[in-house]
Amino acid sequence: MKVMREMQFGIFSVGDVTTDPTTGRTPTEHERIKAIVAIALKAEEVGLDVFATGEHHNPPFVPSSPTTMLGYIAARTEKLILSTATTLITTNDPVKIAEDFAMLQHLAGGRVDLMLGRGNTGPVYPWFGQDIRNGIPLAIENYALLHRLWREDVVDWEGRFRTPLQGFTSTPRPLDGVPPFVWHGSIRSPEIAEQAAYYGDGFFANNIFWPKEHFMRLIALYRQRYAHYGHGTPEQAMVGLGGQVFMRKNSQDAVREFRPYFDNAPVYGHGPSLEEFTEQTPLTVGSPQEVIDKTLTFRESFGDYQRQLFLMDHAGLPLKTVLEQLDILGEEVVPVLRKEFAALRPSQVPDGPTHAALVARRDAAALAGENETPVPTGPAS
Amino acid sequence: MTPLKLVAISAGLSLPSSTRLLADRLTQATRDHLEPGRPVEVRVIELRDLAVDIANNLVTGFPSPALADALRAVTEADGLIAVTPIFTASYSGLFKSFVDVVDNDALTGKPVLIAATGGTARHSLALEHAMRPLFAYLRAIVVPTAVYAAAEDWGSTGDARTGGLAERIGRAAGELAGLMAGRPAGAPPAEEEVIPFEQQLAALRP
Repeated sequence: MKVMREMQFGIFSVGDVTTDPTTGRTPTEHERIKAIVAIALKAEEVGLDVFATGEHHNPPFVPSSPTTMLGYIAARTEKLILSTATTLITTNDPVKIAEDFAMLQHLAGGRVDLMLGRGNTGPVYPWFGQDIRNGIPLAIENYALLHRLWREDVVDWEGRFRTPLQGFTSTPRPLDGVPPFVWHGSIRSPEIAEQAAYYGDGFFANNIFWPKEHFMRLIALYRQRYAHYGHGTPEQAMVGLGGQVFMRKNSQDAVREFRPYFDNAPVYGHGPSLEEFTEQTPLTVGSPQEVIDKTLTFRESFGDYQRQLFLMDHAGLPLKTVLEQLDILGEEVVPVLRKEFAALRPSQVPDGPTHAALVARRDAAALAGENETPVPTGPAS
Repeated sequence: MTPLKLVAISAGLSLPSSTRLLADRLTQATRDHLEPGRPVEVRVIELRDLAVDIANNLVTGFPSPALADALRAVTEADGLIAVTPIFTASYSGLFKSFVDVVDNDALTGKPVLIAATGGTARHSLALEHAMRPLFAYLRAIVVPTAVYAAAEDWGSTGDARTGGLAERIGRAAGELAGLMAGRPAGAPPAEEEVIPFEQQLAALRP
């Protein structure tokens, strides 16, 4: 029987260690790491589909080692899809990404995908021996290699940024011979939308800090180029979006409680007012119904999409509050969103990606005597 | 005929401000040089009204609707008049903050007239040592005459060595009008360009 899971809903964590502005208390790194795990487990408990962690290599962030954290969470969950937001395709060795995520895929029984991003912290590039001016070329070359490592058993390869490979086999091979689904995350680069379209991969627009007009152009470009490369119609392209919410039963209570966190938040604190920011970006602070209404407008701006991730646990919010927020999200918001989105969704729009669906698609294609998928294989070497 | 778009940005802080007064004199003089041959659409942007929006943009990385509108006007202008008070040896912080949120390529090839106000004529070379390099960096075409108005200029007619303020305004406006008149009116902004992926890959082959 098919589970009604057309769209996937989940949360993503930046993993910041931030002082709670209402108490002045700063959690230790250990407390924050344990809190992130508790939040992920809660996501499964309240019926969400996805947990994604960021990757950072500088304080005040803790998640430098995403597959270690996700492996631990995998062992303690049954259904949750484990993902990243984002995995740095520029400064990580693509060989290590191939190995780490294939291993995680086996351990988690296929409940794994990942989002690739370039990273916007300048010094991380030199710390890992790279140059930020090569950001786009690194993303393109490294992914071209990663794509092959997961699809070809033996790889000979030579590129510009990494030592050549002769007769290299990345182990373990992907679970069931099907690589994890890949989202390409970007907030401003048409080159990355083009890359996602070329491979027929997903495109995730982390729209939480910016007005929607900017992302409408980027997503429209991705959809159009996805069709151009023959992966389907523009409506069949795989789109993910961010969101950021804080809820209480009464709108005014939500605003009152969240305001000190907003005013001191690492990204936008000490800038525009909460009211201005909620008007101009996807941030919603209010009742569950207001969150439902705002999230449903995303579909009008960006088309039917596959994955919705909410940022819930940043800016120093205490763990107890975040867990309460997840209860509200899982009990009052997501069930309504699933129903409303499903009702509006044309049948040709694909579901959110799962390992089982990717295996079924591969098998169906094999049965039809076709190639695996109409996916280009990257540069000849 | 499509009107030429002339935009003036004024970074004056007081109301009324001599910076705004200078901006208005410069826009009028430019318009006099162009019309009736070329109709001109004038817009004056007071940065004071956008001060909070500009600060917010620096913090959040995106402009408010009002600021986005001003940035669009500057980007689409056929000619730009930039007027700032001189504070502490240079353009004002508000003026520079606005320029910092203008897209790096927005002023490329655009005719720009630079002007400034100050309490004394001793600061006049700030136009040449600060304003002109700023717009040169942005690859704008800055007209040769920069107009500085010290407090005393509003009540004098010049001397044996220097023309009066009115004369300098007229000369600078004539230079700006000359550059604007040569521009094809109403060129639409360029569409977002996609570099086909094969080309991006090919560029990386060792």
